[in-house]
Amino acid sequence: MIERNKLGMILFLLSESVFFLLLILAYAFYHTSGELGTKAAHALNVIQSGIFSVALFSSSFTLWQADRCLKDGERARVRFWLAATVGLGLIFLVGQGIEYARLLRDQITISRNLFGTTFFTLTGFHGLHVAVGLALLMILFGLSARKNGSEPSPVAMGSISLYWHFVDGVWVVIFSIVYLWGFI
Amino acid sequence: MSEESPAQRPISSLADMKEYRGIFSWIASVDHKQIGIMYIVSAFVFFIVGVGLAIAMRIQLMEPHAHFMSPETYNQLFTMHGTTMVFLMAMPLLFGVSVYFVPLMIGARDMAFPRLNALGFWLYFFGALMIYFSFMAGGAPNAGWFSYAPLTEKAYSSHPGLDYWALSLLVMGAGSVATGINLIVTVLTMRTSGMTLTRAPLFVWMTFFNSFLVILALPALNAALVMILADRQLNAHFFSPAHGGSALLWQNYFWLFGHPEVYILILPAFGVISEVIPVFSRKMIYGYDFLAASTVAIVFLSYAVWMHHMFATGLSYLVLYVFAGSSMLIAVPTGIKIFNWIATMWGGSIRFTTAMLFATAFLIQFTIGGLSGVAFAAIPIDWQLTDSYFVVAHIHYVLLGGTLFAMFAGIYYWFPKVTGRLLSEKIGRLNFWLMVIGFNGTFFGMHWLGAAGMPRRAYTFLDRPPLTTLHLVSSLFSFVLAFAILVFIWNVVRSLRNGAVAGNNPWDAWTLEWTTTSPPPVENFEATPPARGWRPFWDFRKKEETDHD
Ligand code: HEM
Ligand SMILES: [Cu+2]
Repeated sequence: MIERNKLGMILFLLSESVFFLLLILAYAFYHTSGELGTKAAHALNVIQSGIFSVALFSSSFTLWQADRCLKDGERARVRFWLAATVGLGLIFLVGQGIEYARLLRDQITISRNLFGTTFFTLTGFHGLHVAVGLALLMILFGLSARKNGSEPSPVAMGSISLYWHFVDGVWVVIFSIVYLWGFI
Repeated sequence: MSEESPAQRPISSLADMKEYRGIFSWIASVDHKQIGIMYIVSAFVFFIVGVGLAIAMRIQLMEPHAHFMSPETYNQLFTMHGTTMVFLMAMPLLFGVSVYFVPLMIGARDMAFPRLNALGFWLYFFGALMIYFSFMAGGAPNAGWFSYAPLTEKAYSSHPGLDYWALSLLVMGAGSVATGINLIVTVLTMRTSGMTLTRAPLFVWMTFFNSFLVILALPALNAALVMILADRQLNAHFFSPAHGGSALLWQNYFWLFGHPEVYILILPAFGVISEVIPVFSRKMIYGYDFLAASTVAIVFLSYAVWMHHMFATGLSYLVLYVFAGSSMLIAVPTGIKIFNWIATMWGGSIRFTTAMLFATAFLIQFTIGGLSGVAFAAIPIDWQLTDSYFVVAHIHYVLLGGTLFAMFAGIYYWFPKVTGRLLSEKIGRLNFWLMVIGFNGTFFGMHWLGAAGMPRRAYTFLDRPPLTTLHLVSSLFSFVLAFAILVFIWNVVRSLRNGAVAGNNPWDAWTLEWTTTSPPPVENFEATPPARGWRPFWDFRKKEETDHD
């Protein structure tokens, strides 16, 4: 039988996917029913956000490495890979911040039009999930970096990894729909 | 562990439990039994409030052109009544019974995540307080329990009631998801040895499936709430047609949650009925596999019918037919269940205790509510009757005559286990008959009211022959119904003080919760009880008669 904390996390992510699905559908619905697509293509910086997205995607890889090293008992490497994951996650959030700042400077806000409404709500909630994930990862890192030989339990590591990979996966969908669809 | 063993603890009521003394032992509790009791008691308090609001509405509708309250107040009352009954009464009542009994029925010590359990309760509790705070903060929400856009946009509804509505439902929604997850994990990982899933009591099965509905439906509501909050607080435009937004999007999202929600409100009630009927018919449940499997069908189908709430919004014929078809289809697994319960009673030696009376009334009233539901699935009938009192009749036959009657059956059945004392059967009977008469008297005529053209959510009506009489009759019977609730409270108070001591197993029932003391000790069982068949306690006492494998 699957470990109960992981099972709980999987169920939570199942629930979260419905939440994100509906936000994404709202975006897609307005995308198809108006000229939201052209607005998106105009407003967004795909290259820049693409680069920051790569940072987020690779953080899934580094976290996977951390998880593997924890199972093999290589403590120093766990610390390294966790630090890398946190760093990459931070880079992504900074990138999102830069994108937001530029949009706001161009007067594109949540109340400007439907593009602003759907874009900021969707990516905002995703960013919030990244931030929560970062807090969790930092706790894991703190545990692995303490001198007294403590280390994150494999269950905690496993559950938080599930969460992080999920947040990553959601971004794959959001990025494709919000950033790439506008150009088709 | 069995009832023969000498009682080491002379505990016969909640007051004897020294672990439960003092308010702090409750506030800080992570014991699933205390949390269950807190859910049930809070739900009941809000039930009384909801009934109070309803009675106020019935007083206003007693005669045509009455001035008992203003139309604005009436709007707030039906909104708060509907919201209270669904989110503050029914759901927490079901959660309370579930978190109390699921661990006991599967022989576990507690829920899988006791602290998450407490979090779920407190999110509900403070969310509930928050929505009632709106009365003092500029006015209660007033757009109905499903708060259709664009009425809910800031431009049309500027006072803060709807913000409280959305925030409060969001907080409670998060709590519900937490509890749903907790129940699923509990059922999957905490069962005692020998209790395979296929031997789990049907109440556990129903709660289990129901929790999937909870964790997959509530996020749909939460997403919609987040969007309406963005509209109201940040001037976003999701649902405002003036800026290209879509009011129908709200309807789709709300009912994508809303229809599974009505099954969330009924499945645990099905579970209760599936426990009560066999015990008082002295027979095994008929068609255990069918009862469990038809629930799976309900869970899936309930996500495929939501547009039957939107037949009047100008859908294409294809969409109309698909959703009419799926809505009629969902009556099939529900009908199977009714058939199974009746078959269980058939030829049994039925004991008509108060619990059994409520269960029997449930079968009849829920069937009536189900039939008016199927009627609505027929598109022309829906077009004629939607938004009329026929809907009000339907809602109450399903939720009050169905869910609530089943929960009363459950309360009369399990009260002795929770408190150690039996409820009085004599007062129980009075309670039951008053409730049946009050309920049917209040709501049966509403079918006719609706057919005669009385719109729902109207604060008054014209002095026309059928309307005037039917409204008066309904109002008078609603007082009987309210009185029945008072009789119930009297029964509870009296029985807590000096009701007959229940003992471990007053009904000679079969599931594991009856193997332990009443009320159960903090650790639930002194030794983990094993399970060998569908009726573990029965098997335990009569080893030679194990009725499974
Ligand atoms: C004493 C018992 C009750 C009485 C007298 C009562 C009466 C009423 C009345 C008069 C309305 C408003 C009709 C209108 O103007 O449209 C109403 C609406 C409603 N009731 Fe009840 N009710 C009772 C119990 C319940 C229970 C137990 C539930 C659910 C578990 C419930 C759920 C609802 C809902 C969902 C609505 C629709 C609110 C809306 O239109 O937004 N009621 N009820
Ligand atoms: Cu429905």
